[in-house]
Amino acid sequence: MRKREWIYGWLLILPALTLIFLFTHFPAVLTLLHSVFSTPRGRKAAHFVGPANYERMIHDPVFWKVLTNNLWYALGTIPVAIALALLMAVLVNRPFPGRALSRMAFFTPTILPLIAVANIWLFFYTPGFGLIDQILGLFGQGQTNLLGDPATALPALMVVAVWKEAGFFMIFYLAALQAIPPQLAEAARIEGAGRWTIFRRITFPLLMPTTLFVSINAVINSFRLVDHIFILTNGGPDNASSLLLFYIYETSFRYWDTAYGATLTVVLLALLCLLAIGQFFFFERKVHYK
Amino acid sequence: MSRFDRYLWNAGAGLLALLWILPLLYAVWTAFHPAAYEADFTLTAPLTLENFGKAWQAAPFGRYFLNTFILVTGITAAQFVLCTLAAYGFARFRFPGRNILFSLVLLQLMVMPDILIVENYKIIRAFHLVDTLFAVALPYIASGFGVFLIRQTFMTVPRELDDAARIEGAGPLLTLWRVYVPLAKPTYLAYGLVSVSYHWNNFLWPLIVTNSVETRPVTVGLSVFATTDSGVEWSVINAATLMTSAPLLIAFLLFQRQFVQSFMRAGIK
Repeated sequence: MRKREWIYGWLLILPALTLIFLFTHFPAVLTLLHSVFSTPRGRKAAHFVGPANYERMIHDPVFWKVLTNNLWYALGTIPVAIALALLMAVLVNRPFPGRALSRMAFFTPTILPLIAVANIWLFFYTPGFGLIDQILGLFGQGQTNLLGDPATALPALMVVAVWKEAGFFMIFYLAALQAIPPQLAEAARIEGAGRWTIFRRITFPLLMPTTLFVSINAVINSFRLVDHIFILTNGGPDNASSLLLFYIYETSFRYWDTAYGATLTVVLLALLCLLAIGQFFFFERKVHYK
Repeated sequence: MSRFDRYLWNAGAGLLALLWILPLLYAVWTAFHPAAYEADFTLTAPLTLENFGKAWQAAPFGRYFLNTFILVTGITAAQFVLCTLAAYGFARFRFPGRNILFSLVLLQLMVMPDILIVENYKIIRAFHLVDTLFAVALPYIASGFGVFLIRQTFMTVPRELDDAARIEGAGPLLTLWRVYVPLAKPTYLAYGLVSVSYHWNNFLWPLIVTNSVETRPVTVGLSVFATTDSGVEWSVINAATLMTSAPLLIAFLLFQRQFVQSFMRAGIK
């Protein structure tokens, strides 16, 4: 009887697990393996090179550039998107005329393809013809080149990301806000607490699990989503707006240097593992409200 | 809250909402007007569908849509089957290695196939599947997220129902089909909507494994169309952009409540 349950269990999970292993765990291990080999070229098979790819990476200014870019990208988009999401949730959690419309307006960017969204924003950013320049033109201002200037290319991408993601995070805050018992705020009000105090001392701490959940998703997305780069800047000018995954794509599929691509992927995997470990400890310590 | 305060909050909410939807409204404006009105917001400007016609002619969007449709339905259907079986196994059967295997499944929530493009491409090439729709779907049809989500729902099904079905003589698969699946309908709806919009929007992996019209989904088709330097007018590109997003957008407007609730349900578990 026991044995039969085992076999049933294994058989049920077998198809899904085989595929998950084949396209997640196996390639992750292959990534590590291929990072210590050379890229096979033509007749020349891959051969063991030890830490050579990693040495190259440490001396590769583009690698450091895209890594710092990614860091700034995460730091610049995540807090802003989360703060806006929270603001949106608070705004549309109260009944008012136009609430349904507002919710829709906030959430709609979420369901559009990032690649399509990037096209729309390209019309704003383009020098000369773009909407931003046309509007500036009305005030007699000169041309801008937001995507062509190394100082503004990455921030321009960040604006798109914030616009796309804030509405997505909003719905989690909305759900969490609706789950907070109204008696808590009422009790505080009787005690004489103002609205800001109630938000800061009651609502915000109770939203902590949501904030954490949303942050982790946001961090993963900041490494995973690079579609808009293809349309808006192609990583340029001079890699000023390139992110790690985009660089991996360029290295592996434009220059076909797959060994170096694997080495760069190891860094991305390591970062995500750090995140997983961090999440584990942070969740254990900080969140006891549930 | 005083009356004035309330008005202030409402105005703030309305303003932010307007700001948020403005880019989309702008895209709609340019798509439905002649190119001359790209930055001229005269309300009486003549409406036209010409841009959509031009876009449809300029690239094989019909084929792209068909590809995306096949992909999205195929992936979602396969995910439902595989994830349901695995979720049932993890939720209701005891077997050695269950916990460690489940943690390995959860690992996919962090390390998605999206970032393992280099090695996954090699695997697909080894199977001689490059430039097929099957290759676009394959890495995604067993989803750790789906297993997790459905398992959570199956765990809430009372054991008594399961036992009752067994006493009636139903085997494990029949029990799954008759008891568990019907009770998890909201979860399937939620997961289905999330999955459909995810794969409709997916870009990087299809870009890598497809290189012909017969296999490209709309997202890749759109990028090919928009980045060719053939001097395509903006209004036409915007029409194409709206076209590729339209099915999702319309579905979202029709099933707004279900969409939002689905995303919430899928995220919170």
